[in-house]
Amino acid sequence: MQINFDESIPIYVQIMQGVMWDVAVGALAPGDKLLSVRDLARDAKTNPNTVQRAYMELERMGIVETQRGQGTFIKAGPGLAKEVRSEVTATAVRSFINEMRRLRYSNEEIVGLVSQGLDEASTADGDGQTAATDQTVADGLAPGQPTKDPDGGVH
Amino acid sequence: MLAIEMANVQKRYYRSHALRGISLQIEPGKIVGLLGPNGAGKSTLLKICAGLAHPTTGRVHVMGRDVSTATKGLTAFVPENDTFYSWMTARQAVAFESSMFSDMDVSDAMDLLRELKLDPDNKISSLSKGQRGRLKLALAMSRRAGLVLMDEPLAGIDPPSRAAILETIASRYRAGEQTIVISTHEVLESEKLFEDVVFLSDGQIVLSGYADELRAKRGKSLNEIFAEVC
Repeated sequence: MQINFDESIPIYVQIMQGVMWDVAVGALAPGDKLLSVRDLARDAKTNPNTVQRAYMELERMGIVETQRGQGTFIKAGPGLAKEVRSEVTATAVRSFINEMRRLRYSNEEIVGLVSQGLDEASTADGDGQTAATDQTVADGLAPGQPTKDPDGGVH
Repeated sequence: MLAIEMANVQKRYYRSHALRGISLQIEPGKIVGLLGPNGAGKSTLLKICAGLAHPTTGRVHVMGRDVSTATKGLTAFVPENDTFYSWMTARQAVAFESSMFSDMDVSDAMDLLRELKLDPDNKISSLSKGQRGRLKLALAMSRRAGLVLMDEPLAGIDPPSRAAILETIASRYRAGEQTIVISTHEVLESEKLFEDVVFLSDGQIVLSGYADELRAKRGKSLNEIFAEVC
């Protein structure tokens, strides 16, 4: 898991989001083991207590489970990945909408800007080559509300 | 039992005030950042906790007791300027420390030297500042001390050594049983390490709290908060 930390956001929240993002895109599957608290603390140069707190919150949310002496694992269960994915997506959409509201756009304007942005993005994809696959993935997952940001920064 | 408790501690050196009435409680089992610019009183505060300086007025308890020989045995103090004998090798420094502190784990120390890429047979006089910084850390982290006080462990040290020092603290810290207080003015690099922070400016505490809560409340990094309050 690669987290590019933004130090102005609580560190434990970003660790949680990092795990949830990986579950949402399938990089972590049910039964997969998370890095140990100590290893993640070392890699991220962060406090083991902070990592522990993130893992505990994820456990409370039912996303991971800790097996004594074994470590922390993504919980097995049908539909978990889908649930986490819609959670992550909802957060991304909410944060996008909040930002647009702060810029004083009306709902109609936001929808207009999004579809205009998507048009521009697909034209750019036609010229270039890079984001084409991302585009199809994004189209596939949210047919009703095409507001998913295919670049996928952690918000 | 609190790791450190200070009540209205003042420290004057002749006519200058190093600390102007510090009241502070540090909970056990945490890594705490003592953040402030040069001259804020960070070193004085740590030295008082380590028993190397005495407050002019006020009361200090370390792990529930008055600062004494007993608390010094439970406290590892890492000074900003190291006090090694330069003719010793790193291995001899480990042996020397273990003769002074019964809670030192020599095999752990040798592991840490290797982990920090220090040759145990190199003379301390031949080490760079960064290597000496890593050696200081190896010695402090291989003691079973309940309280570790580190004074500016990153100051004047090269970036790779700084990264190695932060990684070692993060991975070697014995969560739950150990309290580490680190003074620094280099907040940008170290801030993810701290669970609690105390901002010190001109001998007074200007802000303290749980690091992630301060981030959430202010929408700012500790480094940005530092620039505001100190």
